[in-house]
Amino acid sequence: MGGTSHRGAGREPDFLAHHEGDKVAVAVRDLSPGAAEGGYLKGASSVAVELRSEVPLGHKFTLVDIAEGEDVVEYGVRVAVATKPIAKGEYVHVHNVRSARWLNSVA
Amino acid sequence: MAEQRRLTGYRRPDGSVGIRNHVVILPVDDLSNAAAEAVAKVVPGTLALPHAYGRLQFGSDLELTFRTLIGTGVNPNVAAAVVIGIEPNWTERVADGIAKTGKPVHAVSIERKGDLKVVEEASRAAAHLLQGASELVREPVERRDVMLSIKCGESDTTSGLGSCPTTAEVVDRWVDAGGTVLFGETSELSGGEHLIAERCVDDEARAKFQRIYDDYIEVIERTGANLLGSQPTQGNIAGGLSTIEEKAMGNIAKTGSKPVVDALTPAEAPTKPGLNFMDTSSAAAECITLMAAAGAVVHLFPTGQGNVIGNPIEPVVKLTANPTTAQTMSEHMDLDCSGLLRRECTLEEAGSQLLDVVDRTINGRLCSAEVLGHREFVFTKLHISA
Repeated sequence: MGGTSHRGAGREPDFLAHHEGDKVAVAVRDLSPGAAEGGYLKGASSVAVELRSEVPLGHKFTLVDIAEGEDVVEYGVRVAVATKPIAKGEYVHVHNVRSARWLNSVA
Repeated sequence: MAEQRRLTGYRRPDGSVGIRNHVVILPVDDLSNAAAEAVAKVVPGTLALPHAYGRLQFGSDLELTFRTLIGTGVNPNVAAAVVIGIEPNWTERVADGIAKTGKPVHAVSIERKGDLKVVEEASRAAAHLLQGASELVREPVERRDVMLSIKCGESDTTSGLGSCPTTAEVVDRWVDAGGTVLFGETSELSGGEHLIAERCVDDEARAKFQRIYDDYIEVIERTGANLLGSQPTQGNIAGGLSTIEEKAMGNIAKTGSKPVVDALTPAEAPTKPGLNFMDTSSAAAECITLMAAAGAVVHLFPTGQGNVIGNPIEPVVKLTANPTTAQTMSEHMDLDCSGLLRRECTLEEAGSQLLDVVDRTINGRLCSAEVLGHREFVFTKLHISA
């Protein structure tokens, strides 16, 4: 890899979010707890988050605090509800969110 | 990159535009595959289209097989067709359906002749049609003349972040240019189907879409299967997808932002320019076979983990944003847009790169699937045969 003509954040990002206003972002590399920097798929703005947990490539974490029962917004739409409170920078997956529309799905 | 490439294609007698110039040898049924394949050996340069069905089907399932056979011959990428069937009635029905376009068609049936006489007669016809097709010349065409289809596969989270939004860039620009784009995958819309319904241009289109979607759910429920009980799949979850809704959004991301102008039955030719939904399986070969039978002449296929699909009638242009797939399966990929994940390029730039690949494919450049001989041609079966 190692492309050189970076834009936006000025370095390869740790994560990307789909839309402005999304509550979760996706890791584009395996991330460890601590400072992470990324941005939005559309637009060059940069976002910094202090990660509280490890987040594997392709998995999600929160950009804001999410309360239990609150909608999880990605792609600008509700894609899940939180089944417990999720703090900003925490790993988001089937252990703390589930389908907002179907109760007989796997997650 | 920014300049508009001059596009060329083949204008068919019915006004439709193709980007390839195939002479197809089309079997009506499984029994006629051997003769069709023999003809394509005697007359290299023709394209045999063997398939598994066409006998003792009935009802809507039979109608779909006829629609797929006729639509395949009608596709503007086809210059001429030789139709071979076991008996004359269905053979003539398929040949007549194709001949309505004004393109040359020759029909032969096997009963009372046998394979060897049929192969001779069909080969003489094929040789004549191939020479005729070789004299057709490319003419300038516009984007609005060229029907696109889209479907993704072997998706992962890089699909939703990279290859699907890149495809959406081209879809939106195609619709803005007055073109027609087909998307399908009824099952994979689950969780986001309400968003497609909202995007329908009017109540009529919305009602048609909703009926197709509800029918699909009913079929699943009638089998006793709990589709949602297996969704998201364990593989999806391992890859980071948490819910059905999230999975659907990655799929829907490739459809862009334009209104959905119509909801079509499988292999039904669209009549309205713009983004059209078609009821299809989410299995790649079945889906693309139906889209080609509806008239699509070039297909965009975003993939994550790396699908190798092709189609005999329409070139399948594949793109991935997964850097591992781009590296390990480079012979199958027509565009590597993994730079998006490293923010080396913007979505708009990735879209322009894909548009350039599509333009070159239209103008005759062979895509990876064509070069590697991927010609998956698979009929959709709606129910059991008699």
